[in-house]
Amino acid sequence: MELANIEKLLEKYFEAKTTIAEEKALQTYFSQDEVAPHLEDYKPMFDYFSVAKEEQFTRHVPLKPERKSIYKWISVAAAAVLILGVYFSQSPIGVQPDQPSYTEAELKTAEKALAMLSINLNRGVEKVEHLDNFNKGAVKVNHLDEFKTNTNRFLNKKQ
Amino acid sequence: MNQADFLHIVMPFKDKVFRLAKRLLVSNEEAEDATQEILLKLWSKKEQIENYANVEAFTMTMTKNFCLDRLKSKQANNLKLVHSNYKDESVSLQKQVEAKDSMSWMARIMEKLPEQQKMVLQLRDIEQYEFEEIGKMLNMKPTAIRVALSRARKAIREELIKKHNYGVS
Repeated sequence: MELANIEKLLEKYFEAKTTIAEEKALQTYFSQDEVAPHLEDYKPMFDYFSVAKEEQFTRHVPLKPERKSIYKWISVAAAAVLILGVYFSQSPIGVQPDQPSYTEAELKTAEKALAMLSINLNRGVEKVEHLDNFNKGAVKVNHLDEFKTNTNRFLNKKQ
Repeated sequence: MNQADFLHIVMPFKDKVFRLAKRLLVSNEEAEDATQEILLKLWSKKEQIENYANVEAFTMTMTKNFCLDRLKSKQANNLKLVHSNYKDESVSLQKQVEAKDSMSWMARIMEKLPEQQKMVLQLRDIEQYEFEEIGKMLNMKPTAIRVALSRARKAIREELIKKHNYGVS
């Protein structure tokens, strides 16, 4: 490209009014080994830009597929299994549960049996109360004693 | 989306991400860490990627934000003082000593620029994006980009002329 043209482009370049295409033209011009002496000062600038463009990111980035979350859930499941295992293996050895479970039917029969027991017990108590009458009888029998003394007295008089 | 699809989308611009990160963070290690971080972030969002209109611009914006955050954090400031990798071995090995020297000199000039000018210059003169694309990436208006770019280029020119006049770097 002509020198005059390059100078004009440079001027525009420093005002930031060049297009990408024009800037590429400048870069090509300055990438030559020989540039006009009075423009040599700008050469390092454009050289640097083209060199800097070549730099690459070389590090390998480990992109883990879903594994991470799977491991997390596996560990959660393992912990749950462990806790449940400990719980179930301990409960038979430990204290019996407070409330033994009976079925409704069992409870009803038990209730009936207890009710029968109490009715019969009451009936027994009533019968025992009749012993009172026996006591009364015993007291009356004691009056026979009186009868006996009177008869003895009577017999003594006769003799 | 599987790994191959993802790489197919990401491959064309992963180097650009790295170069922008390096422009801002300067240290090679830091830039590699940042790029890895950004790629992993993208990978974790891979299901949404297809919905983005422009994955590349989105990623560059992410890179910009990530790197500026790093620069703000103390940790990165400490690292910034340590680094000194101006030379890019893969390329400059073939170059002459003098060329290598001017390369590192240019890198140092660019390092002195304010972050916004660095980014604009990187995206325009190195990655050769259109103003419109840069506007999307940096959330800037075309006129603002033009001003920043012009300032950055002129700042470099000034430094280059200074070097010429004194002959010292």
